[in-house]
Amino acid sequence: MTVASASVVAARRTITVERRVVIGGLLVVLGLLDALVFGYLSPPGHAVFSFTLTGAAVSVPNLSVTPRPVCVALGALSCVIGAGYVGFRLSRIARRVAAGVCVAALAVAFLCWADAGRIPLPFTSLLSTTVDSAIPLMLGALSGCLCERSGVINVAIEGQLLTGAFGAAVVASAFGSIWLGLLAGPLCGVLIAALLGLFALRYRVDQIVLGIVLDLFASGITAYLYDAALVPFANRLNSPATFGAYKIPLLGDIPIVGPVLFDSTIFLYITYVAIFAVQVGLFSTRWGLRVRSVGEHPTAADTVGINVNATRWRNVLLGGAVAGIGGAYLTIGSVGAFGKTMSSGLGFIALAAMIFGRWTPLGGVAAALLFGFMTALSGVLGTINSPIPSDVLLMFPYVATIVAVAGLVGRGRPPKADGQPYIKT
Amino acid sequence: MELKLRGVTKRFGSLVANDHIDLDVAAGEIHALLGENGAGKTTLMNVLYGLTQPDEGEIEVDGRRVRFRSPKDAIDAGIGMVHQHFMLVPVFTVAENVVLGREPTKPFGLLDRRRARGEVQDLSNRYGLSIDPDAYVEHLPVGVQQRVEIVKALIRQANVLILDEPTAVLTPNETQELFRIMRELKASGRSILFISHKLKEVQAVADTVTVLRRGRVVGSPPPSATDAELATLMVGRDVELRVHKEPAEPGDVVLVVDGLVVRDETGRIAVDGVSLEVRAGEILGVAGVQGNGQTELCKALMGLLPVDRGMVAVGGRDLTRASTRAVLGAGVSYIPEDRQEDGLVESFSVAENLVLDVYDRRPFSSGISLRPDRVRDAARTSMAEFDIRAGSIEVPAKTLSGGNQQKLIVARELSRETRVLLANQPTRGLDVGSIEFVHRRIVANRDAGSAVVIVSSELDEIYALSDRIAVMYEGKIVGVVPPTTPATELGLLMAGATSTRGEEGLPGEEGLPGEEVSEVQPA
Repeated sequence: MTVASASVVAARRTITVERRVVIGGLLVVLGLLDALVFGYLSPPGHAVFSFTLTGAAVSVPNLSVTPRPVCVALGALSCVIGAGYVGFRLSRIARRVAAGVCVAALAVAFLCWADAGRIPLPFTSLLSTTVDSAIPLMLGALSGCLCERSGVINVAIEGQLLTGAFGAAVVASAFGSIWLGLLAGPLCGVLIAALLGLFALRYRVDQIVLGIVLDLFASGITAYLYDAALVPFANRLNSPATFGAYKIPLLGDIPIVGPVLFDSTIFLYITYVAIFAVQVGLFSTRWGLRVRSVGEHPTAADTVGINVNATRWRNVLLGGAVAGIGGAYLTIGSVGAFGKTMSSGLGFIALAAMIFGRWTPLGGVAAALLFGFMTALSGVLGTINSPIPSDVLLMFPYVATIVAVAGLVGRGRPPKADGQPYIKT
Repeated sequence: MELKLRGVTKRFGSLVANDHIDLDVAAGEIHALLGENGAGKTTLMNVLYGLTQPDEGEIEVDGRRVRFRSPKDAIDAGIGMVHQHFMLVPVFTVAENVVLGREPTKPFGLLDRRRARGEVQDLSNRYGLSIDPDAYVEHLPVGVQQRVEIVKALIRQANVLILDEPTAVLTPNETQELFRIMRELKASGRSILFISHKLKEVQAVADTVTVLRRGRVVGSPPPSATDAELATLMVGRDVELRVHKEPAEPGDVVLVVDGLVVRDETGRIAVDGVSLEVRAGEILGVAGVQGNGQTELCKALMGLLPVDRGMVAVGGRDLTRASTRAVLGAGVSYIPEDRQEDGLVESFSVAENLVLDVYDRRPFSSGISLRPDRVRDAARTSMAEFDIRAGSIEVPAKTLSGGNQQKLIVARELSRETRVLLANQPTRGLDVGSIEFVHRRIVANRDAGSAVVIVSSELDEIYALSDRIAVMYEGKIVGVVPPTTPATELGLLMAGATSTRGEEGLPGEEGLPGEEVSEVQPA
């Protein structure tokens, strides 16, 4: 026995050795990219970052840097971290931090290169836009986590966002109450989720096909209702008020961080609560243990008295509600009026974020922020007249997900019973 | 706790899986339920564990009538079950698995992991199970996983423990360890219902025996009954427990494997430098606990897994990186481990399955067209010759019983001219009658001049067939021994320990399967 378990440990160690080399090597490559590509190809001139948002209470002076030495320094940092990654057995948290620092270094090197010799780059506003555009992605990814951890694939996030946006706009507009709108968004998400549950759990339809069908259904029905009701009665039904920003005292006054994280609409604060609740809920509570057992080995769960399909139903509906809040953000949290197909693929990016984050809430949120950053960046590059076409950046989430799913950066492991209907024997 | 079953009957359509079964399990006894596959043991246990409801009959616990509508009811009544396929979540820790469904919590539904750990530790210590509550189940050997299942039942206050074919996945030493634990549980007043089809194990550990055949109780012999008595009762006729076989007359070396290294699907090295030579007219038995690289070895030989390093040759022809088709063409026949997955196309008819390897050759096809008439003729011949019992040659293969599916595969593989026969677990899950048949065919194939490789984790089978025995452990051949080698020694080799753990691994006085071997000597 001891011999066998020792060998299992040994086998796992060889795997981690290989992964350590691969990922460490990748970090070194990122470092070389910083130094050689962004460093040496930087056009002459300074890169200037501005940190002050218009109307901000605290003003932070602009930062002006010479791109080349900064990029080389960042590159060297990444190379050192990469080498350390290969050479030492880092703890899990240290590994995450190392990868995070290298990715951030890459982003900064890129910005230096992109802004060299151009007008100041609004850095704080870039971060703020990142967080804002990540809100629906984060909520969508959490919705995906809730469903898939219980063993139901949720490709219908897109549809849940869209109906959530629609419902929130219409209800907020018709009743003149954004709070009712905030309630209607998740309810509409739950509606789509109920269809997902009905066909996936009761009738055991293939869950991926079903999810796509539900997305198309959501896009079709909201488009129809938009044409039939929202256009002719735009004043009554499609002109909701929107939530304003609420600055959290003290925290909101911290330079740079404050305006980005603590001076936003209620949606960002709901997202914080949701992240915490899903992460702690799934991994530290009885509820979470049962949910994960249902997603991993439903028969085992059943034989200890856990109701598999009831658990899945609850999670699917809960996931729908969370995605619906993300949808509501699109209308009453941001632009106000509903527009046809306004979710425009965000649900799929959220799904990608969840997979990229390896089916964990925090991982999904990190990926959502990364993808949100790409979206924000494509906007900022336009304002500083960068020659990089913004569509290239918007491709990033999909490329990153393919890389993640192909297992190039360590294979994520989906729940074992994900997508498989449970049939009691 | 006393458990009584009275007249329990369960029908599936016209099939009577359990026919008025009476069973008494007293407190503090190990009660063996002996029967072949398909005798109704599993159905009976499912009834007892609330997984299915009986059509007639009643269950009494301590003189009280009970009805189990779900496993939960059975658990509440003090019945625990260790399933043949473990009900453990691989990515959870031992403690998480054990407490699942009755988790100790702190306020807000937060898991009380410390208490969970403590409860597992207590039980582990009390019964000498040596389980680490914080280990992840997927990293544990099957023997330990089984003990986790036992703890899972104990923590739910199980007084009757059902063990469904618990030794199928264990090494002989792990089996002895399990028996020790069973006796310990018995001593604490619990009863154990031990389901098995292995006569030696029943004789070794049981206090009472009930034999099931075709859904009925056919007898309650004392555990001291001989093999032959038990087997006759179980099968319903006299059976040859050992195939008759003449001494081997090995000819030229046909199959050569040299320094073979193979990785499994996850990239782990599964076969680690295996070298073998097998001669025409001999059977090499590859013994070993499941999961020590046997499957990967077979797949690599058949061209189903890429070879990392090393060489495979048949009759002097290098087949190391040959396609499966080329391997078949070189005269290799293959009986795979998983008949439903790898051996058959389940939705195809019996006739179609019989020509899966030769459909594109004469006489079954000419040019680009198939000759269904020829396929049917050949199928009828095979069905008669190999005693395949199916409604007709047109019924889908999935409607056949396991034994008949296996006969179908054997028929297909042995209908070609073979130079090498490679069989991985050829009789797993088969009834004694089918085992006898398959074994006879394999020996006949050897006598016709094939080089035969049998991979099996059943020592009985290894002893029954082999002319030489190779033991595989962690991807390596740790020894090639004659079939006269005692089972104890083989068991040690299978556990990978050649000397260090000797005294602990020695079996008790009751002996192990196949200990008093073998009348057949290698030539």
